[in-house]
Amino acid sequence: MEAEKVITTKHARNSTLLSIVPGMGQIYNRQFLKGIIFLVLAASFGIVFGDILNMGFWGLFTLGEIPKVDHSIFLLIDGIIALIVTVLGLGVYAFNLYDAHSNGKKRDLGLHLNSVREQYHNLIDGGFPYLMISPGFLLLIFVVIFPIIFVILLAFTNYDLYHSPPAKLVDWIGIQNFIDIFKIDIWRNTFFKVLGWTIVWTFGATTFQIALGMFLAIVVNQKDLKGKAIIRTILILPWAVPAFVSIMIFSGMFNETFGAVNKMILPALGLEAQPWMTEANWTRLALILIQGWLGFPFIFAMVTGVLQSIPEDLYEAATVDGASIWQKFTKITLPLVLFATAPIMITQYTFNFNNFNVIFLFNNGGPAVPGQTAWGTDILISWIYRLTMTSAQYGKAAAITMILSVIIIAVALWQFRKTKSFQEEDMM
Amino acid sequence: MSMKTNKIIRLTLSYFVIAIMAVIVIYPLLWIIGSSFNPGNSLSGSTMFPENPTLAHYKHLFDADKSDYIIWYKNSLKISIITMVLTVASVSLTAYSFSRYRFVGRKNGLITFLILQMIPNFAALIAIFVLANRTGLIDTHLGLILVYVGGQIPMNTYLMKGYLDTIPKELDESAKMDGAGHLRIFFQIVMPLAKPILAVVALFSFIAPFGDFILARILLRSEDKFTLLVGLYELVAKQFGNEFTKFAAGSVLIAIPIAALFLVFQRYFVSGLTAGGTKG
Repeated sequence: MEAEKVITTKHARNSTLLSIVPGMGQIYNRQFLKGIIFLVLAASFGIVFGDILNMGFWGLFTLGEIPKVDHSIFLLIDGIIALIVTVLGLGVYAFNLYDAHSNGKKRDLGLHLNSVREQYHNLIDGGFPYLMISPGFLLLIFVVIFPIIFVILLAFTNYDLYHSPPAKLVDWIGIQNFIDIFKIDIWRNTFFKVLGWTIVWTFGATTFQIALGMFLAIVVNQKDLKGKAIIRTILILPWAVPAFVSIMIFSGMFNETFGAVNKMILPALGLEAQPWMTEANWTRLALILIQGWLGFPFIFAMVTGVLQSIPEDLYEAATVDGASIWQKFTKITLPLVLFATAPIMITQYTFNFNNFNVIFLFNNGGPAVPGQTAWGTDILISWIYRLTMTSAQYGKAAAITMILSVIIIAVALWQFRKTKSFQEEDMM
Repeated sequence: MSMKTNKIIRLTLSYFVIAIMAVIVIYPLLWIIGSSFNPGNSLSGSTMFPENPTLAHYKHLFDADKSDYIIWYKNSLKISIITMVLTVASVSLTAYSFSRYRFVGRKNGLITFLILQMIPNFAALIAIFVLANRTGLIDTHLGLILVYVGGQIPMNTYLMKGYLDTIPKELDESAKMDGAGHLRIFFQIVMPLAKPILAVVALFSFIAPFGDFILARILLRSEDKFTLLVGLYELVAKQFGNEFTKFAAGSVLIAIPIAALFLVFQRYFVSGLTAGGTKG
């Protein structure tokens, strides 16, 4: 009979409506302490952030009205902060409504409401994961998410050398930056040239380092090969030495006038000296070789780990069945290795796609190309750097950053769907 | 051709390939070590095995009157250690929650982390620069550390979550039965089992700031705040080759401790990475 009791009270509706003023719904539900906490939170939020929010949104929409007084970029920053604060505030507000509603519903059903002590325990249990995440998450908001929002917004402004605060104002210009990049000849040509090399670089360098690392791992892993430990230590060295140091070493070695490559190695092999630093294609070749040197040990170590975990009887069984070395490789080794390391291999591609260090440190993205903002071996990310730091094309740089990020995110999502663990319900 | 000659050919070829690779790997490293002992400043006269080796460049670097090298070294160590501590603390908390709790927003949080780890944080270079200017954190180590820690969180959280997922949940459940609280389970049950991955995250988050060049170069302005790499880069960038031997000495002093640290921990690394990697 109890279960069929018709609900006559409307506590759920009442408390939710009352909670439009935060805390009132809770007080209505006779959870006074909680209600007061919500009320105080809301009031202090309004008092502390009221001005910031007001100014922030004004700034975000107008980007300032008076040159030399309003600093557009600072207004943009404050606007984004206002935006983030608002979102966080709305989150708490939504929770307040939800809480009032669910407790009101409990009263409608004649259920017992949690006492202060029980609420405390609930809060600790349910809130614990949030509490643990919050330090990292807050930092993430300000150092990672904030900059991303900033760049996204910047892509829709005309911020460059000629529209540079405090002397000038920056304005919203919609998608003009994107239109320029694809419509204006010089931008379009540069963009596609850089994109083309970025793709060649990503696939060339990464595939080379993966193939080299995998090949060496298989060679070294042969059962009857002696001295494995020392060989592995030597081969892992390029990973151990900081990349900055190695790249600068190569930059010295490939130096055309006094580097060891032109002065000693090539003559010793009976070859001619080459313009490594002044001819774009030679620089590109050098870059791919260097990245191979830098990147293969990682793959080598990874694949070695997988190889060691493949049970020996698999090979023995194959030998009994009369399989050749090649068949064993393609039918046993390769599938197992690829299966275990595929996600890491893909991150190698995305890593090289954004491998700023090797491009910048080796030859500064050079050789320089007259009349273009991108130099001979610039990939997208180093081009963005150059646009930002040397030619002050902030808006365009931000637009290109967005294009780059879309590419990366697309790859990330694709990988994400392929990764085994995400198909398992519980893992996710 | 008998099995035996077959085997000899195979092994000889293998050793030959390995020998070539070993030379390719070691040559540049020997070259920089050799350069650092060369007399004179420029790269042009330097040889791998100098006839009259000198320690002059090392002495120069350690002479506080002539060079800021020691200051840079201290700065780098300070920044790396603080970054490491903060990263390990925040990452283990975050990864633990993602691995052990089911809460609203968990799935979206994980997806966000996955995407964020793909975008290097200096893609938003200008934003970081402007924000640092606005908050007065430009040219401070604090600003740099915050950027490093924030940038490390997504990737390392992922790595660590993958590892924590492999630790059986029955362990914490039985501890809970015995009345252990959240913090107790975290500190006394799960974290001790997660030591290998903690070592990996610690090492990564130590090496990354140590090896970062671009963010430090953008955020740090005054010479006495420089990190090692920025300082060294400035040393050679002005005119390449002119100070190369000093640069070489400076590089050797960076590379040796890092490489040593690395080789010692390498074992953990690979197991941690493959465990986290294959699990996602």
